[in-house]
Amino acid sequence: MSLAVHTAARPDFTVDLWWIPRAVILGLLAFAIFGPLMNLLLWTVAERWYFPHTLPLEYGFSYWARVFSPRGVAMESLANSIVVAGLTVIVAMALAVPAGYALARLKLPFRALILLAFLIPQAFPSLPVYVNIARLFYQIGLNGTVTGVVLVHVTHGLVYAVWIATAAFSAVDVELEEAARSMGAGAMRTFRDVTLPLAAPGLLASAIFVFLESLDEFTGSYFIGAPDVNTLPLLLYTASAGGNYQVASITALLLLIPSVAFMLIVERFLRSDVLSKVGH
Amino acid sequence: MSKNGFLGIEGITVGYGRTPVLNALDLSIRQGEFVALLGSSGCGKTTLLRAIAGFVKPSAGSIRVDGRDVSRLPPDKRGMALVFQSYALWPHMTVAQNIGYGPRLRGMARADIVRRVDELQELLGLAGLGQRKPAALSGGQRQRVALGRALAVDPAILLLDEPLSNLDARIRLKVRHDISALQKRLGITAVHVTHDREEAMVMADRIVIMNAGGIAQQGAPEEVFNRPSSPFVAAFMGAENMLTLPGALRNARIVIEAGSTNARAVLPLDGRLLQDGPFEIRFRAEGAELLDGHLPPAETTDALELFGHVEAASYPGGTWRHAVRVGDDILLVDAALPFAPGQPVRIRIPARNLFLFHSQADVTRPHTGSLHDGRKADVLETSEA
Repeated sequence: MSLAVHTAARPDFTVDLWWIPRAVILGLLAFAIFGPLMNLLLWTVAERWYFPHTLPLEYGFSYWARVFSPRGVAMESLANSIVVAGLTVIVAMALAVPAGYALARLKLPFRALILLAFLIPQAFPSLPVYVNIARLFYQIGLNGTVTGVVLVHVTHGLVYAVWIATAAFSAVDVELEEAARSMGAGAMRTFRDVTLPLAAPGLLASAIFVFLESLDEFTGSYFIGAPDVNTLPLLLYTASAGGNYQVASITALLLLIPSVAFMLIVERFLRSDVLSKVGH
Repeated sequence: MSKNGFLGIEGITVGYGRTPVLNALDLSIRQGEFVALLGSSGCGKTTLLRAIAGFVKPSAGSIRVDGRDVSRLPPDKRGMALVFQSYALWPHMTVAQNIGYGPRLRGMARADIVRRVDELQELLGLAGLGQRKPAALSGGQRQRVALGRALAVDPAILLLDEPLSNLDARIRLKVRHDISALQKRLGITAVHVTHDREEAMVMADRIVIMNAGGIAQQGAPEEVFNRPSSPFVAAFMGAENMLTLPGALRNARIVIEAGSTNARAVLPLDGRLLQDGPFEIRFRAEGAELLDGHLPPAETTDALELFGHVEAASYPGGTWRHAVRVGDDILLVDAALPFAPGQPVRIRIPARNLFLFHSQADVTRPHTGSLHDGRKADVLETSEA
């Protein structure tokens, strides 16, 4: 009672005091997240910027023009990245939809082990694995081809595709399928009319994950693709290794935009009932 | 018997793992008949329905529809429609699409589908809701959409899996009537699974009471209600009051000698299959009368009279319900007027409301010889005294 009176008398004072540490922590957190991003944004429009100046000396869009010029490498890399990511999504989903449905519905032995098996490509250090894949692909003529890069990206992205697809199919109530069977629909028809539309948001989310993984993938692309199949991360690498921070930053921004945009979509589509079933 | 039925189930056995859920069950259903499968949870009634629908594979036995063996057919080829307890409406389709799905599968012309859907919506009181998604409907409306979807395919057999259990009590009473009226009008053969005795009584032509994977008794509602063939059925049909008294048969009449809690009674056998021994006596609270207990006990010939005193009275509506202590048992008896707690009373159960069976002790422990003989000796002593 007395406490209530006390705080009622001086409400502003107590509130202000408490906001100081919170504001400091929030500010530090924001700086940790957005500081590097601001630096990146500044570099994309910096014409001249060198030590010890805190801000660019000259601003302009000349590097944008250079990157997006018809003869520029960026456009080719962007096209490559999108083609590879698109094909990766198609191949990965072609495998993940049947695999996810089987894992969600059928009483398979070692179901947990099968799910875990898709994690294996992530479990080992990627460098030695990709070096060996590169050697193998070189022998069978897949090195430096889009097919080769796509295959590497598929093995890498399949864990997301299969896990999320399994969760998406698990979230579809079996009785909804049985109702369709009872109405006279065959197994395939039921899958097409009931299961697939209901699992679609989850499947879309898994496709987006695969797309983003492929867009971002560096190590595999470097060993299998370079220098014939140049993707955006490879361009980013060569640009920043060559000290061309403007081109590197513009490339990084190109990679960042679809990631953020798609993440917002995924966040909308991945419902909690699907999410709760991932990996189960 | 199962040969002339429209839906014939012969020797169906279903087991999940090692425990059998259905045990060599036979059932025959006539065309146009409304059969209720009644039982408590876990008795196998839903499994039987799902086996008929084709979602559960029986390990033995056959299911015939109109003489044709459908046991090996997938659910979509059986010409049956199942209404699920959860309704299982497709959330991504509108009401009209849900109802029109079956006709669409059958390649019906678009205009015919629209007409059929409109007809069913009209019939089920869903007019104007065609463009809504199931999520935007009330429970009762969803239930009717589920029913409409099943009826849209003109099923030879309509299977209902507790379709009313998710409805409010008040809506349920109306829907019960609606469904059975519709079934009669359309002449559909229906199998209805429920654990609600009253629902089964009101809706069905025949009640099949299931217990532990088999049929405990089947017959018309009034038959299973008034002539239960086993203590289980009697208890399930509401005769929860139970006591055990020694009895004997004399010249095709049942004689129950006077005891500490009962007067001597000589009752007509009335087709009951009984032999000398302790009887399990069951009756309903509403099947007995409560009388003032101050009169001296007299022999009765058309009713059994028990003595006890009132422990408590409550008013559930209509009549007063009394908990009466008779010996070690507490029995529930209805009366129009309340008796005060502690008052001595007589419970008078007319012979037609009295269900007599061999005592469960005899049935469940047939091989414990000494106890069995001992009880028999007891009975003889009392009947000769």
